[in-house]
Amino acid sequence: MGLGSAIEPAIELVGIDKKFGAVHANKNINLTVAKGSIHGIIGENGAGKSTLMSILYGFYQADQGEIRVSGRPVAIRDSQAAIAAGIGMVHQHFMLVENFTVLENVMLGAEGGQLLAKGTSSVRKELKRLESDYGMEVDPDAVVEELPVGTQQRVEILKALYRGAEILILDEPTGVLTPPEADHLFKVLRVLRDQGKTIILITHKLREIMAITDTVSVMRRGEMVATRKTAETTVEELAELMVGRRVLLRVEKGDAAPGEVLMSVRHLTVKDSRGVVMVDDVSFDVRAGEIVGIAGVAGNGQSELLEAIAGIRKPTSGEIWIDGKPVAGFDPRRLRDLGLAHIPEDRHHMGLVLKFEENENAILGYHRDRRFGRGPMLDLDAVRKEAEEKIAKYDIRPPNARLRTANFSGGNQQKIVVAREIERDPKMLLIGQPTRGVDIGAIEFIHKRIIDMRDAGKAVLLVSVELDEVRSLSDRILVMFAGKMVGEKPGDASEQTLGLMMAGIAA
Amino acid sequence: MSTASVQLPGWINYGVIPLINLVLAFFFSGLVVWAIGENPFEALQLLLVGALGRGEGIGFTLFYTTSFIFTGLSVAVAIHAGLFNIGSEGQAYLGGLGAALVALSLDRYVPWYVTMPFAVIGSALFGAACAAIPAWLQAKRGSHIVITTIMFNFITSSLMNYLLVHLLIVPGKMAPETRTFLPGGQLPKLDWLIALFGGKLGAAPLNFSFLIALVMCFLIWVLVWRTKLGYEMRTLGVSPSVAVYAGIPYARIVMIAMLISGGLAGMMALNPVMGASGRLQIEFVGGAGFVGIAVSLMGRNHPAGIVLSALLFGILYQGGAELSFDMPSITRDMIVVIQGLVILFAGALEYMLRPAIVRLYQQVGGGR
Ligand SMILES: Nc1ncnc2c1ncn2[C@@H]1O[C@H](COP(=O)(O)OP(=O)(O)OP(=O)(O)O)[C@@H](O)[C@H]1O
Ligand SMILES: [Mg+2]
Repeated sequence: MGLGSAIEPAIELVGIDKKFGAVHANKNINLTVAKGSIHGIIGENGAGKSTLMSILYGFYQADQGEIRVSGRPVAIRDSQAAIAAGIGMVHQHFMLVENFTVLENVMLGAEGGQLLAKGTSSVRKELKRLESDYGMEVDPDAVVEELPVGTQQRVEILKALYRGAEILILDEPTGVLTPPEADHLFKVLRVLRDQGKTIILITHKLREIMAITDTVSVMRRGEMVATRKTAETTVEELAELMVGRRVLLRVEKGDAAPGEVLMSVRHLTVKDSRGVVMVDDVSFDVRAGEIVGIAGVAGNGQSELLEAIAGIRKPTSGEIWIDGKPVAGFDPRRLRDLGLAHIPEDRHHMGLVLKFEENENAILGYHRDRRFGRGPMLDLDAVRKEAEEKIAKYDIRPPNARLRTANFSGGNQQKIVVAREIERDPKMLLIGQPTRGVDIGAIEFIHKRIIDMRDAGKAVLLVSVELDEVRSLSDRILVMFAGKMVGEKPGDASEQTLGLMMAGIAA
Repeated sequence: MSTASVQLPGWINYGVIPLINLVLAFFFSGLVVWAIGENPFEALQLLLVGALGRGEGIGFTLFYTTSFIFTGLSVAVAIHAGLFNIGSEGQAYLGGLGAALVALSLDRYVPWYVTMPFAVIGSALFGAACAAIPAWLQAKRGSHIVITTIMFNFITSSLMNYLLVHLLIVPGKMAPETRTFLPGGQLPKLDWLIALFGGKLGAAPLNFSFLIALVMCFLIWVLVWRTKLGYEMRTLGVSPSVAVYAGIPYARIVMIAMLISGGLAGMMALNPVMGASGRLQIEFVGGAGFVGIAVSLMGRNHPAGIVLSALLFGILYQGGAELSFDMPSITRDMIVVIQGLVILFAGALEYMLRPAIVRLYQQVGGGR
C-alpha cells in the first residue's frame, strides 16, 4: 500500500468475503486502517461498502476472512461484540428513540444497574466530559425528535463515544445534513482524530473525501481496487477508479427554452401538524422547458412546499394551478393523472415500501394504470416486465426485480424511485433530493435525465440541500428562508450570493 | 439489518421454522402431561388417533377446521391492511343471525342449494355490518380498531342473547334457540368426501361450508396478491406514509378491508348454524373468533398457511376432546393449556428461534 510499515493499524480486514445468494458483495477484501486517522471509503452504489462495514460492526458474518483490532484477531458475532472491541457505528438512518431525551438515548442499553437515578447522574457527568473534550454541545434534556438532523447525528456519535468507541464508522453521514451541519460534523471528526480516535467514513461526495480524510480506499463491484493517500490523489483520479471510466463531474446543458406556464403557485400557505406556518404566502411559476430550483437551508419550508404541491399535505390557503387547472386539495392520485410526477425527498418514508419486491415498487402510485392489469386485477407479468426494463435502463444492481427492496443498496433504491417517476414521461416533475446517496456515475446519469426532461418541454421543480446540485441544474433559482421566498436569481448565481440569501441576510 | 432482514428461502420460513416451533410446543405439552402423571406418548397417540384415526374423527376435525379457516382469513385480511381485528368473534355471532334469517325464510320453499348463496351473502352482510362501525370510527375518527372491535364483541353478544331469548325463541320452549331449519335451510354433510378415503362420517358434522371455506381461501389469495385493491391494502399495512404518497385513500381501504374481514367472520356461522345444528343457538361461536387470531398468526396471514394452522387447531380441538374422554385426569382445562402452548410457540414466539436459525443457515453456507 505504500504507506510504510511504521503505522500502527487500528483495524485490519484480511480476506473478507461475503455473498448474498448470487450477489458477491465483498470479494476477498483486504484493508488496513491506521490508528488516529480518518479513512475514507468510496465506491459506486452496490459496491459493497455498507456490507463491509456491517461485517465489521457485527450485523453480518463474513463467509471468510479475519478481522483484527489493534493487531489482535477478533470474532465479531454481533454489535455487542463490536462495541466491546471498541467499534462504534453511526447509521445513515438514525437509531434513536424519538420521544426520549438525549440523555435517555445515550444511556439506553447501557443503563448500568437497576436504579435509573444513579445511572442518570453518571451519564450526565460523562456527557459533560465528552462535550467539553470534543466540542459537541448538546442539551442532554432535549427531546430527540425536536432536534435538527445534525444534532441528532451528534447524539449518535455521543452514544458511540459513551460506550467507549475508539473506532467510529460513519456510513454516508452527510447525506441528510445541511452544509453548515456537515462542516460542524467535520470539525468534530477532526477533533476526534486529533485525540487519537480512528474514523472510517463512507461518502459519495469526493469533495468531502478531499477535505477531511487522510487515506482513501476505493471499492468497485465488491472488490477493493485501490488505496491512496488523500494528499497524493485528485478528484478526477478517484472518480475514474470508482467508475472505471472518466466521469463528467459537471453538468452540461444548453439554454432553456421556456414555454407556457405549467405549474403555478399563488399565495400558498402551509402549516405543519403543530400549526406552525412552514410555507408563508409563496407565489411562483414554473414554465414548460425549464428547471426551477429552490435553494434553502433544510427546514425552511421547501419540504412542505413540495408536499403541498404533490397533494400530500393540505395547504392552509392559497392556490395551486397545474396545467391550467386549480388543484389545491387534490389527492396525489388525481395529480398523477394530470401528469404530475414526484420524486420524494425521503425514499424510505415515502418513495418505497422496503418490504415489497422491487417490481412492486416500480409501479407504486401508478398501480391503477390499465397497463398493469385490466379492471381490478394486477397483471404480475406486466409489472415485472416494466420493472425489468427500468432496471436495465437505469443499471439498477443487482438486476433482480424479485429481490426485496430493502436488500438493494441505498443508491440503487434511489434509482428505483427516479426510474419510476421519470419513465412515466410526466408533464410536470417535482424532485426532492434527487441524488441523495447516489454515486457520481449515477448522479451524472440522473442529472442528464432531468435535463432531457427539461429539453422535452417538461416543467421541473427541484429542491435540494446540495447547493451545487441546484446551481448546476436550475435555469432559475428561488431562495427560501423561514417559509418565504426571499428572492430569485439566475441559474449561474454565485454560491456566496445564494448563501447570504439562504441565511436571510440579503435579498 | 441484523438477522431480521435476512431473506430465508421459503422452505425454511414456512416449513422448518413452524415445524420446530410445533415440536417445541408438543414437547412442553408432553412435560405438562408427564407432570400430572400420565404417559405423554400415550396421550399424543390418543390425541392423534382421536382426531385422525377414524372417518368420524376426521369429520369432526375438519368441521372445526372449517370454522377456523373462516375466522383465520378474517383476521388475516385485516392484518394485511395494518388493522388488528379482534372482533371476529362478535362478527361471526352476528353473521349467524344473517344466515338464520335466510334459512328461516327460505327453507320451506326451495332446496338447500338455492338457499345457500343467499345464506352466504346474508351471513357475510351481517358480519360486515358488525365490523362497519369500528371500521368507520378508525377510518374517520382514528379510534383504535382493537378497542372498538373488542367492545363490539360485547355489544353483539348482548344483542344476540336478547334476540334469542325474547324474539327468536320457539314459543313454549326453554332453550334460547330458533326452530330447526328444514332441509332446505341446511347445508348437506360431506359423507362422500370421507367416503372417498374409505371412511365413514358417522355423526360428525362436516358439511358443505368446508368447501366454501376453501373457495374463500383462494379468493382471498387472489384479492391480496393479484388485485390492485390488495396491493393498496398491503402498502397501507406496511407503511401508511408511503400509502399517502402513492395516493391510496386511507379511509376507503380501511373500510373495505374491515368489511371483508367482518364478512369472512360472518360466513363462519354457516358451518355451525346451517351445517351442524340446523338452528341458531346461543353462544354458538364458542371462541372460534379468537382462535382465528392464532390461526392467522401461525399461518403467516397466508391462506395456505391458514388452512394448515386451522387444521392443526382442528386436530387439537377434536383430539383434545377424545383425549380428555379417554384420560380423565386430562381435563378440558388441560387441553386448553396445550392449545395455549401451541399458540405461544407457534404464534407468539415466532421470532424466538429465528435468529439462531438464520445464523445456522448462514454458517451451513446457505448464503451462497
Ligand atoms: N441482505 C441482503 N440480501 C441480499 N443482497 C444484499 C443484502 N444486502 C446487500 N445486498 C447486496 O449487496 C451489494 C452491496 O450492497 P451494499 O449495501 O454494501 O452497497 P454500498 O456500497 O453500500 O452501496 P450504496 O452506495 O448504494 O449504499 C448490493 O448489490 C446489494 O444489493
Ligand atoms: Mg451503503
